[in-house]
Amino acid sequence: MSTAVADAHIDDHHGPEKGFKRWLFATNHKDIGTMYLVFSLIMLFVGGAMAMVIRTELLSPGLQFVNPNFFNQMTTMHALVMIFGAIMPAFVGLANWMIPLMIGAPDMALPRMNNWSFWILPAAFTILLSTFFVPGGAPAGGWTMYPPLILQTGDAFPFLIFSIHLMGLSSIMGAINIIVTIINMRAPEMTLLKMPMFVWSWLITAYLLIAVMPVLAGAVTMLLTDQFFGTSFFLAAGGGDPVMYQHIFWFFGHPEVYIMILPAFGIVSEVIPTFARKPLFGHDSMVYAISAIAFLSFIVWAHHMFTVGMPLAGQLFFMFATMLIAVPTGVKIFNWTATMWRGAMSFETPMLFALAFLFLFTIGGFSGVMVAIVPADIQYQDSYFVVAHFHYVLVPGALFAIMGAVYYWLPKWTGRMYNEKLGQIHFWLTAVFVNVTFFPMHFLGLAGMPRRIPDYATQFADFNFVASIGAFGFGLSQLLFAYVVISCIRGRGERATTEVWDHPRGLEWTVPSPAPFHTFEKPPKIPEAHVFS
Amino acid sequence: MMRRFCLSVAGFFAASAACADWAINMPRGATQMSAETYGLHMMVFYWCVAIAVVVFGAMIFTMVRHRKSRGVTPAKFSHSMTAEVIWTTIPIIILLLMALPAAETLIRIEDNRDPDLTIVVTGYQWRWQYSYQGENVSYYSSIALPSNIARRIHSGIDPRSVDNYLLEVDNPLVVPKGAKIRVLLTSNDVIHSWWVPELSIKKDAIPGFMNETWFQAEETGVYRGQCAELCGMDHAYMPIVVEVVEPDAFQSWLDSEKEAPPAEPTAE
Repeated sequence: MSTAVADAHIDDHHGPEKGFKRWLFATNHKDIGTMYLVFSLIMLFVGGAMAMVIRTELLSPGLQFVNPNFFNQMTTMHALVMIFGAIMPAFVGLANWMIPLMIGAPDMALPRMNNWSFWILPAAFTILLSTFFVPGGAPAGGWTMYPPLILQTGDAFPFLIFSIHLMGLSSIMGAINIIVTIINMRAPEMTLLKMPMFVWSWLITAYLLIAVMPVLAGAVTMLLTDQFFGTSFFLAAGGGDPVMYQHIFWFFGHPEVYIMILPAFGIVSEVIPTFARKPLFGHDSMVYAISAIAFLSFIVWAHHMFTVGMPLAGQLFFMFATMLIAVPTGVKIFNWTATMWRGAMSFETPMLFALAFLFLFTIGGFSGVMVAIVPADIQYQDSYFVVAHFHYVLVPGALFAIMGAVYYWLPKWTGRMYNEKLGQIHFWLTAVFVNVTFFPMHFLGLAGMPRRIPDYATQFADFNFVASIGAFGFGLSQLLFAYVVISCIRGRGERATTEVWDHPRGLEWTVPSPAPFHTFEKPPKIPEAHVFS
Repeated sequence: MMRRFCLSVAGFFAASAACADWAINMPRGATQMSAETYGLHMMVFYWCVAIAVVVFGAMIFTMVRHRKSRGVTPAKFSHSMTAEVIWTTIPIIILLLMALPAAETLIRIEDNRDPDLTIVVTGYQWRWQYSYQGENVSYYSSIALPSNIARRIHSGIDPRSVDNYLLEVDNPLVVPKGAKIRVLLTSNDVIHSWWVPELSIKKDAIPGFMNETWFQAEETGVYRGQCAELCGMDHAYMPIVVEVVEPDAFQSWLDSEKEAPPAEPTAE
């Protein structure tokens, strides 16, 4: 495919289509990446609005604003939207934009399948969100959808199952694309151990996705047949087992939470070396650590089930295996700190988010070690302590990494610098309010407040009040983020250079800013300064 | 002023009963197992604090010292096998130090042998049923009326004016002090969970299954808990109250229950 005629044909291609066709029929990884990111930002606000309803009701004891059933719809949908609509698509958007650029590939391996991977998502969420308007309202049985309760869902039930299937399809196709691209389309000199960490983190995440999304599909299909086709997978009266659902769900569910954090680890491994002006410490060790975490994530699922009545041997095994994950995770935290050590750091917005990640994700990690201890977990399970734990790893964990990544790569995508001053204000507001919101939840859980309740005993009032104020502040601060991002996209801001930052490493910093529609049409030779050893 | 005192360092580690509104810690509880559980919780917590001091200390130090604005030249090192071995081995050792006592306590918790009394707890949407095995005493326990009225949306009643708002029932579970009480759990409809923090007891009530756990209260008192597994609309409104009384008091109560059981809801 390298005759003069074929090359001339490529050169004649005058950039993207005009109008809606560019987006509807997009096969370009940059356009698809952009669509994923825009979609995920919208979903962040949708899920965030639901969180605002939750925190408004929980502002003081007594029921003031919504009835209990609607409250349960809010908690259920808040989680589904945030997990499947905000966090996961944001990481996939970053993968689409950055993986081909980072490995020197012209695009993803399967560009048309890539288009479907994206467009399935707005369809899936239209279906899911439409359930607010059907008889019985939206699903209210928790995002974990435990039977028998979930089978009491009204007309929304088949919509819920179908939308989950669609989201799963999107993720599986996206994961296949990512693996094939990374394995086959790297620049010739880039051996696997010479890939940037973000690419490594996505290679592993993609395998996790392919392994577990079908398991979720199986679990929800069994729910569907129990509801409509007379099966009794989970119905005791027919000889079935509600706990089996939990095993199947969490076999998906635990790797799922690692799916939501491994790309974050990859991002932090890109950002910190750039702003510390020092190479990532222990690159190979970081690869092994991420692989160990991914492997371990498959053998710990029942730590979400310590109160179901598991035999002692099972409880002991899952306790030990869960505690073990702290080891490779700790290794990563130490390696990031060692990267900073004796570097020459500056604190632009992406670095602020990466450092906040280091601190606050570690706090989430501590509460994670605490919940691994089974006797103590008997007290923590289904209380606000768990809510605090997972919000710490998801919000100042995954979400901060995503925001840091957006600030980091926005100049490459748009060709303009974002407003650094406003970015810093956004960061500080967000970082303060996230702690005001979620730290008190540790105390609430320890004091005995269960989760998924719209109203609570009066001794929980004070910390709930604090958490709600924090949530309102956090939510409002994200409007500033939207403003900064949108302004940057619309061309306000100084022009970005090719390198953008101070000698960052990686092939994405060798193409112009904004990155041209087509990049690396020929495989590049990797300059010495951009080799990851 | 009172609140500031509560939040002082001394208060931090003391029992939280004195300042319940700003309670920040798990209760030590009324049983040997709850005390062990509390001990494990505090042990893990202290380990986390110690590790945090070291790790966050290093992070803060490096953020202050190793910054470009101080004119430093960045170092070039990026590997150290020694460091990797050290910071892999030390966490493993720390985890072992936590895992062993945790395993011991867990083994004790799972020892359901030789109970003095067995009670079958059945979860319903949205109340509990308690049935004393071999005693022919069985009744429902639902949220108390004052709470049930005040909790309605726009009830106009201030929750703070209701005693034990959302934590009071019409018929509590009554058990004797010092006896090993075996609790068998099941459900009539969806999964519920029976949680009483001060007895460090939480076990899921699953339809079609019989789960088993136990507690042995060392002190008399009233211990309150809530359902801990989302079970539908009124999940927040099916509290648990356990009254631990002296053995004689328990026996008289049990006898009077056999003669005149409390009125039961019409639906089974």
